[in-house]
Parts: sequence; structure tokens; C-alpha cells
Amino acid sequence: MSQTITIDPVTRLEGHGKITIQLNGQGEVEDAHFHVTQVRGFERFSEGRPFYEMPSLMARICGICPVSHLVASAKACEAIMSVRIPHTAAQLRRMLNLAQMVQSHALSFFYLSSPDLLLGMESDPATRHIFGVVGAKPELGRAGIALRRFGQHIIELLGNKRIHPGWVVPGGVTEPLASAKRDEILGMLPEAYASIKLALAWYKQIADTFRPEIEVFANFPSLYMGLINEDESVEFTDGALRLIDAKGAIVADGITANQFTEVIGEAVEPYSFTKFAYYKPLGYPAGSYRVGPLARLNIAKSMGTPLADKELVEFKQLAAGPVQSSFYYHHARLVDILHGIEKIELILTDPLILDKQVRATAGVNRLEGAGQAEAPRGTLHHHYKVDEDGKITWANLVIATGQNNNAMNLGVAQAAKHYIKDGKFTEGILNRVEAVVRTFDPCLSCSTHAFGQMPLALTLLSDKGEVVDQLVR
Amino acid sequence: MSKVKLATVWLDGCSGCHMSFLDMDERLIELAELVDVVYSPIVDTKEFPDEVDIALVEGAVASVDDEKKIKKIRAHSKMLIAMGDCAVAGNVPSMRNPIGPEAILDRAYIENATAQQQIPCVVVPKLLRVVRPIHEFVKVDVFLPGCPPSADTFHTALTALLTGEPLDISALTRFGA
Repeated sequence: MSQTITIDPVTRLEGHGKITIQLNGQGEVEDAHFHVTQVRGFERFSEGRPFYEMPSLMARICGICPVSHLVASAKACEAIMSVRIPHTAAQLRRMLNLAQMVQSHALSFFYLSSPDLLLGMESDPATRHIFGVVGAKPELGRAGIALRRFGQHIIELLGNKRIHPGWVVPGGVTEPLASAKRDEILGMLPEAYASIKLALAWYKQIADTFRPEIEVFANFPSLYMGLINEDESVEFTDGALRLIDAKGAIVADGITANQFTEVIGEAVEPYSFTKFAYYKPLGYPAGSYRVGPLARLNIAKSMGTPLADKELVEFKQLAAGPVQSSFYYHHARLVDILHGIEKIELILTDPLILDKQVRATAGVNRLEGAGQAEAPRGTLHHHYKVDEDGKITWANLVIATGQNNNAMNLGVAQAAKHYIKDGKFTEGILNRVEAVVRTFDPCLSCSTHAFGQMPLALTLLSDKGEVVDQLVR
Repeated sequence: MSKVKLATVWLDGCSGCHMSFLDMDERLIELAELVDVVYSPIVDTKEFPDEVDIALVEGAVASVDDEKKIKKIRAHSKMLIAMGDCAVAGNVPSMRNPIGPEAILDRAYIENATAQQQIPCVVVPKLLRVVRPIHEFVKVDVFLPGCPPSADTFHTALTALLTGEPLDISALTRFGA
């Protein structure tokens, strides 16, 4: 008799997801799937709206990474306007995007995953959460809260609101930076540095105790994609996309937002509201690739900031070529955070950072435009068409979680096959399967912009499709 | 004294309200001395508990799953708080209402896909024809509008509810705030 294990919902995840694990008559795992169960329809209901509303509207796709949507959307609008935004506006947006990366990574690492890493994959689920971390290792829990606060407070200082700020607009930003706010951010840096250094030191101490997880947490060769600068340093807001293969060789390079759809396609699977992005020349699913912190560090030759550069050298020693195990997303995420803090400090020393010229204006000069940026969890692409009056006639979004979708599904199956034997499993084993998904930090809000909702659950079904067992906690 | 049992639920929204809740930052640690977070995306409980004192619900009701959830939440919660504009009034998720689910799904999975074009239908829930705020399905005790309500709003409102102090929501937040 075959069975299906269902984990519903997958918890400590940014959204609604389920996992189903299919077992054969011998109790061996045949396959496993990660289901995203929410979908909302932004690509359709934005039709008819004026294009200049798009950044604010699209930000509502996601309360975790609204800034990525603000930035990618504004860039798509600027392609329609055919304007280059003022230097200071570009710098302020870079800072905003980095601040968001820091806060979102802090959420992923400390609030969602550190309970597994500190308290253990098999620890009591009743206390396996951020409050449990604060209780067991207060300095670690507080470092996480401080880093998330650091990022969110910078967003608030720049955009007057922590979540869904209306400050980013097509053409730039609505207000320049005041010197008092710059000074306040500078004053916040020492605590942020201390917090990330504590976290990195702690992570490196415990990483080796997760050797078995490292082996089976989506540990396989794949393509990787991310933004990169001309000097091959990591980039979050500008630059162009590079795709590398499992050995690190460049597959495609210098991909601009306009060229994105020539290179990247999207497939649909019946079991998820999140689509599956792939590199078109290889087709689906062979052309599946990974994005996000792991991909960025695998692609970049440098971080472009001194402390993070040292960390990158150390990170690259984890493997001869690209680092393959998705467990290392955790490590890469911490390096990203360190880089973000350094880069924010660097941007604040720009002599033009307080300049008042922060917005360009124009009407519709092109009927189509695309924009791209790195969200914390990977590449984000917005593509719009408008009519002569600037009303949206069509939109498509390709989000990070869709680009990691195939790897997450393969990773869930890899871990399930390793841990579930003879049809037997424990809560701790199922938590490990969920923890594979957590490494990717998927954003199910984002991935289901299309329309809907994604819960995560574990169900065991017989080969007749009957529910044999269900894990709830 | 036993702690107040708090649940937070995310229906059809963007999680911005949950993020704003977390924006209480270090005040969360103080809050955790008064409440037990018994069900939430940030803890590992899989099933909504039988007895919850306060349930904070983000998002509108968009799918058959959401509808089942909100009814279950109501049945097991002493106080239900509609958290944010989507829960209070439908907001952005309800922008699909004039269009209907078919056209929305068509755009995403047929027109805007390049391989295996199909409408997902396995395990994923069926969408309701129209997205509606939660008070159209169940009784709501407290409405906390905002997109999202600020962390200060959460802190002030929860403190008042936990201590029995009077609470004037209109002084704290409004729709679209």
C-alpha cells in the first residue's frame, strides 16, 4: 500500500505551504512536493491602472520584501518613461534595498531558522521558536531582533514607514535624505556590526554539527543566477544578470531586464500556484536554476566591501566549485548581511547623498518596460505594457521563489528519501524536511502574486490515495 | 497566573501585518512574558488550538481553505481581531473581484507561462468567486485597520486588551494608514 505524508501547514515559513511525501508499498519515498496554496492575481488586476501607481500597488504583493517590488516596479516604469534617475535617488534606493535585505535575512535566519540550528531539529516543537531562542541564548536572539530592527528602521527613516513606504516612485524618490537622518543611521552601525559578527562566529561554530543535514538538504548540482556588477562584484539593485553552471562556468551574462524573457521561461505544475522558472535554452526542468544568497555568492568574484570579502574567500573554500548544498544558504545569508551593513556605510559617505535632486519626470515614451533587482531571496523581474495614456494593459512578474521552486521540490524529496525509511517518521524528521524549504527562505506571498494562498502540511496517503497518516503538531 | 493564549493567522494578505507585529522588536520579549503564542506562522503548531484567548487575523477570505479556517478560528477564539485593511475591508486582494478567478488564473498560468500551461488544481485550494473581508463570514470583536497597522498600534492595542484599559482605535490608526 502506498502512502502520502502531508505536512500542513509548513511553519516558520513566509507564507502558506504544504509538503506531501509519496511512499510506495515498501514504505520508501517515491517523490515529494512542496505546494504553494495562495494566488492573488496582481498580473491581471493591475490592468487599467495608471503605470505610476504600480510601485505602491506591487509593494502589496509582499510585506516582507515590499522594497524589492518597489524598486523593480519603479525601474520597469522608468523604462516606460525612458528616464535615467538622478544619482542621489539611485544611491538612496540602493541603501533602501540593502536595508531590506538585512531585515529580511534577519527574519529568515534568526526568527525562522535559528530555532532549528540552536535548539535542534528534534527539539520540542512547543518551544522551537524565536522566543525559545531568546530564552536559551539571549545574546543570539537579541542580535537577530537588533539586525531586523536596524534594517526596518533605516527603511522608516528613508521612506517614513517600515512596511509599504510610498517613497519610491517612477523617476526616483519623493524626498531627499535629511542630514539628521543620515547621522542617525551612522549611529546605528556599531550595534549592527556587533550583531552580525556574533551571529557569524556562532554559525561557524555549529555548522559542522549539521554535516548530515548539509549532505541531504537540496545538495545537488544546478545552475545559479543573480545580479552582478561589471567588476564581478555582487549587486542588489543595478548591474546585469549572470547565469553560471554547476562547475562555475558562465552560461549567460550581461542579461538586462529587457532581455530577461529571451532567456528565462516559466513552467506550470498542477500542484502549486507558484510557477517554475527555467533557462530557456535547456528547457524545463533541465534548465532549472537557483537564486538568492547561495547563488549570489557562487556567482560573485567579490562582495566589494572589505569584511564581506574576507568572508567570501572563506565561503568559497567550502567547495571546489560552486557551493551546492542549500544548507549553506544560511551561511551566505549572514555574509550578505555583513556586506549590506558595510555598503550602507559606504553609500552614506557619498558626497552627493544629501543632494536635493532626487526625482526625474517624464510621461509615456515607450509602451513596454521591464525592471529587475535582487530581492533578499533572489532575482525579481517586473515587466509591464501600457497604452498611450499610461494605463497598464499587461503585466508579468517572475519572482525569486519561482526560480528556486524546482530546487526546493527536489530538495524536499532528497531529504525525505534520506530520512524516511520503512514508512516510519517522527516529528523531528518532518521538521527536517520543512527545514530544507526554510534554507531557501521562500516568500510565498511573492510567489503567489498570481492569485491564491500556500499552506504547508504533511499527509501520508495509501497508493489508493487514502489518507493513512497526518502529522499535526 | 496563566498566560493569555495568542494566535496569529495569515489568510489572503501579504504578511505585512505580521511583519508590523514583529516590528515591536524588543517589546516582543516583554509581550512574551504576558502571552503564549500558541499558533502562528512563526511557531510550529500545525492545528489551530481548541481554546485561544486572542486571535489576530491578517488577510481577506479568498479561497475555500480560508473560509474553513476563519470559521474554525472563530469557533475556538474568545476574541477575534481583524488585523489590517485586507481583513477589515478586503483591500488589495479584493481588487480581483470585478475580474473573477478564471481570468486571473488564465493570465498567470496560461498566457504568462512558456511551458506546461495549465491551471493548478492538485492539492491547491479552490478560489472563491469574490474575495471578502472576514466580518462577512464571522463576528469580529475588534477592527484594527492600516496597511499595515504600525508596531506602536499593535503594542498599544494589545497592552490595553491585556490589561483591560480602555482602547480608542481611531486615535491609533485608520484605513490606508
